[in-house]
Amino acid sequence: MTPATPKPETITRKQSIIQPEPDTGKPLVFNTKGLNLYYGKTHALKDIHLPIAENEVTAIIGPSGCGKSTYLKALNRMVEMVESVKITGEVLYRDSNIFDRSFKVEELRTRVGMVFQKPNPFPKTIFDNVAYGPRIHGIRDKKTLKQIVEKSLRGAAIWDEVKDRLDENAYSLSGGQQQRICIARCLAIEPDVILMDEPTSALDPKSTMKVEELVQDLKEKYSIVIVTHNMQQAARISDKTAFFLNGEVVEYDATDTIFSNPSDKRTEDYISGRFG
Amino acid sequence: MLKAGSVKEMIQQKKKATSSTSVIEKAVPVLLFTAAFISVLTTIGIVFTLIIETILFFRQVSIAEFFSGTVLRPLSRVEPQYSILPLIMGTMMTTIIAMLVAIPVGLTTAVYLSEYASTGARKVLKPMIEVLAGIPTIVYGFFAFTFVTPVLREVIPGLASTNALSPGLVMGIMIIPMVASLSEDAMSSVPNAMREGALAMGCTKFEVTFRVVIPAAISGIIASFVLGISRAIGETMIVTIASGSTKNFTFDVTQSMQTMTAYIVEVTSGDAAAGTTIYYSLYAVAMTLFVFTLTMNMLARYISRRFREVY
Amino acid sequence: MEYIDIDRVKKRMDKRLFINKMVKGIFFASAMFGLVVLAILLYRVIADSIGWISMDFLTGLLSTSAERAGIRGAIIGTLWLMAIVGPVTMILGVGTAIYLEEYAKKGKIHSIIQTNIANLAGVPSIVFGILGLTIFVRLFGLGASVIAGGLTMSLLVLPIVVVAAQEAIRSVPSHLREASYGMGATKWQTIKNVILPASIAGILTGVILALSRAIGETAPLVVIGIPALLIPVPTNVTDNFTALPMQIYYWTLDAVLVAEYANLAAATIVVLLIVLFILNSAAILIRNKFSKRY
Repeated sequence: MTPATPKPETITRKQSIIQPEPDTGKPLVFNTKGLNLYYGKTHALKDIHLPIAENEVTAIIGPSGCGKSTYLKALNRMVEMVESVKITGEVLYRDSNIFDRSFKVEELRTRVGMVFQKPNPFPKTIFDNVAYGPRIHGIRDKKTLKQIVEKSLRGAAIWDEVKDRLDENAYSLSGGQQQRICIARCLAIEPDVILMDEPTSALDPKSTMKVEELVQDLKEKYSIVIVTHNMQQAARISDKTAFFLNGEVVEYDATDTIFSNPSDKRTEDYISGRFG
Repeated sequence: MLKAGSVKEMIQQKKKATSSTSVIEKAVPVLLFTAAFISVLTTIGIVFTLIIETILFFRQVSIAEFFSGTVLRPLSRVEPQYSILPLIMGTMMTTIIAMLVAIPVGLTTAVYLSEYASTGARKVLKPMIEVLAGIPTIVYGFFAFTFVTPVLREVIPGLASTNALSPGLVMGIMIIPMVASLSEDAMSSVPNAMREGALAMGCTKFEVTFRVVIPAAISGIIASFVLGISRAIGETMIVTIASGSTKNFTFDVTQSMQTMTAYIVEVTSGDAAAGTTIYYSLYAVAMTLFVFTLTMNMLARYISRRFREVY
Repeated sequence: MEYIDIDRVKKRMDKRLFINKMVKGIFFASAMFGLVVLAILLYRVIADSIGWISMDFLTGLLSTSAERAGIRGAIIGTLWLMAIVGPVTMILGVGTAIYLEEYAKKGKIHSIIQTNIANLAGVPSIVFGILGLTIFVRLFGLGASVIAGGLTMSLLVLPIVVVAAQEAIRSVPSHLREASYGMGATKWQTIKNVILPASIAGILTGVILALSRAIGETAPLVVIGIPALLIPVPTNVTDNFTALPMQIYYWTLDAVLVAEYANLAAATIVVLLIVLFILNSAAILIRNKFSKRY
């Protein structure tokens, strides 16, 4: 197999970031600069500045309706499915603005995978679910597909549970298993970044734990942005945390700092459960 | 003004009249059941008249001749022959042509409406396409006979003035809205989460439609095709007017062919006296038609139930 | 090991996007196809009818001379047909719907009647014609009369009314029902005073749609033997009659002999389409005007 294109060596950081930016020295996959988003007249995201570093888990927390899901969906431009949406500002993915006219949204989404709140496997067999992406990209060879499916299912820590039932409909699995199938489906196209939109909110505690462990493993190879309702989850699995409130980034820092020593009063109120 | 207690008195007075109320309460369900039973009686009526007269027909003509011969010559004085195959052939050819139009156009129309059109465009387009379904078939017959056939004859030199091709095409157009709206219903009921899942992987809309939405909605889509076929088999006026009455056992759609429905029209418009073989043949043909369409309709329901996807 | 080659993905991307764009164009063209045919059809019919629709045409009697022929008989026949189909389907359809929704227990009888109605809706109209011919025309000896034609058509369009009425009744919110029962009303009183008034718009819409289906249907009329040429206009339900679609049918067939008959057929089609348009507009108006929000 041919190796993936080498990742760009240099990342420029000319733009000043409003939030104190923890210097990790890691290159950025995403850099959001002055992003504003409107649903009709509702100003849903207000002047967002946010860096997202490679091979880290970035958690986005905040109360319902704070814009955290909207922000996540802006990163792969899924937010454009809403007809009335309007966007200004820029989001750089590996140095190119994803909202540029020349930027192909399909290409972006090939590099940036997404896992949804509710597991949404296709009504196909487990094998076909995972092989779906590679087939779209022109891989027809049965042997290669089998290898990809196995690798992706292993990557999603579900291979042992489903290896004997790859021909069964994905809907015969439990909710937690379905979610990991969706992660495997995402891994099969070897993305650069994985966006996760409250991936465990529909799952029981045991499945949640499995997905959390999986996220920890995945960050070795992928950069992960995870929106979560659950602050303990953010504290457990993320390296960086951004706190959203009313469409703004209130605070962004290393997760440890956010949870032990927040600099903004509102962050403190939220993580100590005073609202939200 | 009513004094206090007068309402109570009125209620008590009313109670005396209760016996008539309870008669009504008992009579109503019986009357309503009678109304509901009329639809059952209709079916029984259809099945019985068809069966009884068909049996009488098969006393005069052998079943073997009816289903295996290839000649239908009911009016011949010398040697009348009764085979349904020419009629089945005519029905089959017009139906195939109709579905060659209705399936691709209907399905792609449904895809456009369900997957591509904006909400505004859908609101305008959908009712306009449904107008096609509201036009009486006799109007389509007129259209086929006085417009489509002459136009086709310009292009196809050997085309007869009545033929299977022109009514087939027009019938297809008539069935487009049926296939389109049933398929669209099936596609619209595929949850959006499926589409989002595929789009988020970098699929184009086309790939989402053909690899996710259509496979997920396939049972409803196929059911719409089957119902369309049933509709084409039972359609009468377009073929009666534009397909002619030649009882040809042929695949040549440029020639006049008669369908089962057109045969029924021909026999009943003539003065076939009750009790003659030709009169009974009408029922045998109608029975075949009824069985065909009923099978198709039940098949469609079975498909859409049995293979419904769970999401 | 890496399986997905980004360069290949990028190279394929243009092809995929091109297919997507092209297919979108095809789908749009396809959605427009039906409309284009509709436009051609209407244009043809209207063009053929120009100069043929006049007061004389509407009120005149049938004649072998194309110039003098009128469709008064057909119009009155179609009105007679509506006069039978309307009340009959309303009574039977609403009765059936009330029985199914309010009285019948969800069991065998319920499902037999329901399945039966679904099946009847799929029976070709010509088969109803044969039923009408055998039962009404011959067995009951009604001949090709208004009543025989009307009853045949009523059975044909009954499923439309039943389904519409069922939906209308089902959409009456249960709190209205409970309020009525709560005041001590009996079942029939509740149906009569609460449920029927609340669902009348849906029921009427269904009846009108059934009527518009009935007046455009031709095949059952041909089969029960509605005559081609009929000079006297029906004045009674037992009189013979003709109807607009029958007139169209015969003139279309005879256009081979007399070219002007095609114009007469087109003119009659325009009249029929106008009637259908009025009926459907009425249905939409009723639905919008009476549709209450609970």
